[in-house]
Amino acid sequence: MAVLLDRNTRLIVQGLTGREGTFHAKAAAAYGTNVVGGVTPGKGGSTHEGWPVFNSVHDAVRETGANATVIFVPPPFAADAIMEATDAGIPLAVCITEGIPTIDMLKVTEFMRGKQTRLIGPNCPGVITAGQAKAGIIPGHICKEGRIGIVSKSGTLTYEAIHQLSQFGMGQTTCIGIGGDPLIGTSHIDALKLFADDADTDAVIMIGEIGGTAEQEAAAYIKAHFKKPVVGFIAGQTAPPGRRMGHAGAIIAGGQGTAKEKMDALTAAGVRVVKSPADMGAAMKEILGR
Amino acid sequence: MKIHEYQAKSVLSRYGVPVPRGEVAFSPSDAADIARRLGGEVAVVKAQIHAGGRGKGGGVKLARSIGEVEQLTKDMLGMTLVTHQTGPEGKKVGRVLIEEGLQIDRELYLSIVIDRASASPVVIASAAGGMDIEEVAATHPEKILREPIDPGVGVVPFQARKLAFGMGLDGGAANKFAKVLHAIYTAFIETDASMIEINPLILTKGGDLLALDAKVTFDDNAMYRHADLKEFRDLSEEDPLEVEASKFSLNYIRLDGNIGCMVNGAGLAMATMDIIKLAGGEPANFLDVGGGANAEQIRNAFKILMSDANVKAVLINIFGGILRCDILAAGVVAAVKELSVNVPIVVRMEGTNVEEGKRILRDSGLKFSTADSMGEAADTVVAQAAAVKADRGAK
Repeated sequence: MAVLLDRNTRLIVQGLTGREGTFHAKAAAAYGTNVVGGVTPGKGGSTHEGWPVFNSVHDAVRETGANATVIFVPPPFAADAIMEATDAGIPLAVCITEGIPTIDMLKVTEFMRGKQTRLIGPNCPGVITAGQAKAGIIPGHICKEGRIGIVSKSGTLTYEAIHQLSQFGMGQTTCIGIGGDPLIGTSHIDALKLFADDADTDAVIMIGEIGGTAEQEAAAYIKAHFKKPVVGFIAGQTAPPGRRMGHAGAIIAGGQGTAKEKMDALTAAGVRVVKSPADMGAAMKEILGR
Repeated sequence: MKIHEYQAKSVLSRYGVPVPRGEVAFSPSDAADIARRLGGEVAVVKAQIHAGGRGKGGGVKLARSIGEVEQLTKDMLGMTLVTHQTGPEGKKVGRVLIEEGLQIDRELYLSIVIDRASASPVVIASAAGGMDIEEVAATHPEKILREPIDPGVGVVPFQARKLAFGMGLDGGAANKFAKVLHAIYTAFIETDASMIEINPLILTKGGDLLALDAKVTFDDNAMYRHADLKEFRDLSEEDPLEVEASKFSLNYIRLDGNIGCMVNGAGLAMATMDIIKLAGGEPANFLDVGGGANAEQIRNAFKILMSDANVKAVLINIFGGILRCDILAAGVVAAVKELSVNVPIVVRMEGTNVEEGKRILRDSGLKFSTADSMGEAADTVVAQAAAVKADRGAK
């Protein structure tokens, strides 16, 4: 079953004709994803690498029956691309773009309220359902079909978690990179809710980082509602306050958003929090008693 | 991007926020000229650095004559100002703001930031201005007022009144506050600010509201559409290595330790710092070379990493996704040869083309330590850094 993506996903790529869009559309198709076309305004009617290109997301959805889009559009135009996908009523939009101004994301969030599109990202590695489909840049070959879900703010740290699970013989259902920006479409809680309802997911690795309070909110949700085991890791335990650590959202501001307060909240919620990023897989193995 | 107080005031004043009259000075004679132009009995000399808490550190002084303005400016320029926000090394003062002195009746606090949870701008106001707001929040949370703004609507007048009366202002001052708030909110949205903080916003004895201090930070991601604001960047406020790194779009932050790290991805880079610390070492930096790094980028990263004289050992931790391990390995070998790096290097690689990457390192004729896991890599590099230190100590 898994979540967000599966064999029935019909994926379009916004920004298909760009370098990144082309590269990752091919990788997604090679992984078995049903890529049905792309959108590049002004290039509608042409084909690119065998895929039909459309001028708008509306056209692409109408002509291909697409039910998901992955966005590889440069930062100045990415907010526009997300809103266009939303207006076209596509159920899932995954935005990989890093560097979208926060004020633009404020408008996007406002625009998307009450509409049916779920946004993943931006500034994220995307989503992969092991053995079925992917939208984004997570390398398919490191994943293995299994029963663990992953939700993470970070890209390569997600790969690390996948790798550690694989070493212990544990595979994944779906890995969701939610992104490292201050304003994102899908939070840790939203992802946990998806995993809660997924019969194929037995347990979850949750990876957070300094900045904001999303992990604390997720801890409260886990304590009250989430019944599956969770292994947690928070990056930035040694990060200095007031500095943005690569991700736009990763900053300890006004003494708030430290790794410690997040780790304490998760621990209090019953999450098995590991201090070392090298222990995520081992902790999961221990919890599941395998 | 951080800017100076005088720059922040010039931006806010464009949007109609009243600020004290004043100008920036780079020399004592400039300062005297400005004070002459301002007239009045007193002037304030304010050190311009990218950090708060200047008053307590001796960076804000009152002058009662032109001569005193000149003398204070002379004292302040070139001095190293240490405040609770600068760290113990402090920041060197290169410019001062000369401002008119004002008769203060009340000091208020006003700021706007983005609240992540509600995805909206939120106005924070307090009658307890002029103090460290984090301390007020900790000791008197009831004195902090928060008003979320609907980004589709902007500030509605009742919200300004709610805050003004909440801070105990009377009707006349409340009207002035509404205008100031509207101006600050407009500035926040139009300049792509990530924070505007006025502390204090003063009510003068004459009944005027002015921004006596101002701190504005802009969203780095939006600077491409603000060529004018970009001009405000003061490179002397930044670490030279960080400035150099930014030229190559490398995310580098200098830290105090002696283990240099090179990692792909911000989350993994933070996690690598964490695991070094857990192993008993201290990271010398945060460095994210990005997901699509090439050999050239690796070379630049290495150069910056090795420019920090504190670095006694290097840990390279790469999880190859799009970035292939063989490309990385070739880049590392080339950089180490070219820069004749003579500190121990521990490489931990995983992911795409890892076997080929390891072969390139083995065949390079250079001495790399390799590790198969993050934990092993951290233990190895910490031991090697300690050995280098002990060795140098013995000599």
